[in-house]
Amino acid sequence: MSDEVLEAPLVLEYPFTRTTGPVVGAFLTGLREGVVLGVKRGDGSVMCPPLEYDPADSSALSEMVEVGQAGEIVTWAWNGAPRPQQPFDRPFAWALVRLDGADTTILHGVLVDDPSEIHTGMRVDIVWRDERVGQVSDIAGFAPATAPAGSEQPPGSGDGVEVVSAAEPVQSVRTPIRIEYNYTPGRGLSAYLRAMKDKRILGDRCPVSGQVFVPPRGVSPIAGMPTSEMVELADTGYVESFNITRVPIRGRDDLHPPYCSAWIVLDGASVGFMGLVTGIEAEDVTIGLRVKALWKPDDELEMSATNILSWVPTGEPDVVIDNFELVGRVDEAAASEASTDEEAES
Amino acid sequence: MRDVAVVGFAQRQEAEIADESEVELMVPLMDQVKKSVGLSQQDIGFTCSGSSDFLAGQAFSFVMTIDGTGPVPPISESHVEMDGAWALYEAWVKLQIGDIDTAFVYSYGRPSRGSLRDVLATQMDPYYVAPLWPDAFAIEALRARLLLDSGKVDERQLAEIASRSRAHAAGNPNAVRSSPKSVADILAEPFAVDPLRPSDLPASADGGAVMILAAGDRARELCDRPVWIRGIDHRIDAHSLGVRDLTRVESAEIAAHHAGVADDKIDFAELHAPFTTSEFLLAEALGLDGDTVVNPSGGALAAHTMMASGLIRVGEAATRIQAGDGDRAAAHASSGPCMQQNLVCVLEGD
Repeated sequence: MSDEVLEAPLVLEYPFTRTTGPVVGAFLTGLREGVVLGVKRGDGSVMCPPLEYDPADSSALSEMVEVGQAGEIVTWAWNGAPRPQQPFDRPFAWALVRLDGADTTILHGVLVDDPSEIHTGMRVDIVWRDERVGQVSDIAGFAPATAPAGSEQPPGSGDGVEVVSAAEPVQSVRTPIRIEYNYTPGRGLSAYLRAMKDKRILGDRCPVSGQVFVPPRGVSPIAGMPTSEMVELADTGYVESFNITRVPIRGRDDLHPPYCSAWIVLDGASVGFMGLVTGIEAEDVTIGLRVKALWKPDDELEMSATNILSWVPTGEPDVVIDNFELVGRVDEAAASEASTDEEAES
Repeated sequence: MRDVAVVGFAQRQEAEIADESEVELMVPLMDQVKKSVGLSQQDIGFTCSGSSDFLAGQAFSFVMTIDGTGPVPPISESHVEMDGAWALYEAWVKLQIGDIDTAFVYSYGRPSRGSLRDVLATQMDPYYVAPLWPDAFAIEALRARLLLDSGKVDERQLAEIASRSRAHAAGNPNAVRSSPKSVADILAEPFAVDPLRPSDLPASADGGAVMILAAGDRARELCDRPVWIRGIDHRIDAHSLGVRDLTRVESAEIAAHHAGVADDKIDFAELHAPFTTSEFLLAEALGLDGDTVVNPSGGALAAHTMMASGLIRVGEAATRIQAGDGDRAAAHASSGPCMQQNLVCVLEGD
């Protein structure tokens, strides 16, 4: 990666809560109660873990049956370097396990010390977590079976279905997602953010229409081409449009309603961008108001757009906008002319 | 059916593309392909793209990349959260409707920016599987053991596929793994995810691809040797791994049948097979025999750009037919856990 391009950690977390419905809910309720349920399909076979529908013919399924707590490894793969959130924090095997009494398989981890200790067809037992809440990780994983095949209690002979019916049903499950990235914003935005640290605002120019975009993204949406050059813009401009917010926003105690958010066209730019207007009563902001950036103190400057705290009036006369249709818009006539010129050259 | 052809294609794949944003990566490719056929964005009837927000780490990430097309004045556009081959399919359907004659298709991905293994775990069943965070390599390794145990394939055959991919990739400037390696040397590799070795796994890449399609006479106007899509179909298997027969790819079999793969000799096939096991299964699903050259580009084993790899298979096949390296080819794309979804198309020169 080149030195000019910035990179920063980015973490996305989605705290999903999912409703379970009656079939998945019954299975997860069972796990909490220490029993395993499958669902009976039209052909009499048993699917475990159960779905609400038969993937073969899409018929609705609802007849829950108990299956065994031991089963057979149908296939396995060795995970020598477990990652966070996986079933075990030391090397283990992933496996598809067919539980006794079931005709389909469940994916989970099998804890053995070494791949030489596992093989296809091996008998395994469920290892339950002590504290169970009604989710698939209530099963800690599987371990090599302690009892010889055939000596366990026959599947379905227990009272698992009744136990689940009588229990408080699991109706939702938390399935949080966390993914980490090394975010890179690209060349255009990297240059923009670096310049921000020096209280400079950069835009970039369309090679066809000559228009200047801010922030610069390395591409002209007018031409569908890479931009041709970076352009340094003034930190002054005018208000093209604005709104006044009168309700507070959670988590933004620094904003005191009523406050003014404006679409500001910088001197030298062809498009506007968003900023707060301060130093004037919100009610007194007008379209055409001349404004100047209010920067953070020099010792607090970062490579960040947050360096501009807000925009304050300069005291100059308002810009008179005599053709609202052209404000911040593409001058299509100019763009078309430039495009024709370019074609003529090439 | 309207005759629809590939008339332009460009791609870029590298082990890591960190300097450019997605749109900075794509705009030179878009510009290059449009210039190659002499079209501007405003001349194109429909635009469709494929990408993934979970890969980009940004909601609605595709809306920023659209700027690369030059959507002023506004264009007719759509997006799929799928490999670009499915964007191609949507464009093909749009061309069949008949109100447009040209379509612009692109897709891209930069898996190096995040953890692809974590991202792919989020596509699994959210109740039963995703909370355990199994990664795509582990899932494919489960399938590999099933195949090995069943006797359908042995480790040597898988190593031969890996070795051949490397040999084919030697002439491909977009390949990120093209160093030659013998079958014996591959068999000597320690397991990555037992029973899969490093050479059985895809060489992950960042990149993107752009394609222009045109119908009928418009295709002949734009291009000296249009590559016709003679058949195209896509099918999907059940999501739950436990209810699928993982020793075959039924959705690919059906898609290949409907695309007409078996109707005539296939000179070569570009299969979106990230693993040696997937290539073995797909060659079987498409009914390819020993006369068909499989993955002359090296395939996804040599460079796997998540979200673009399938579209690149179609582009690689079209480029070879355009160059006269064959008359009839099959191209395939897959998506989802253990190749749940499969698209097959048949391409022919004039």
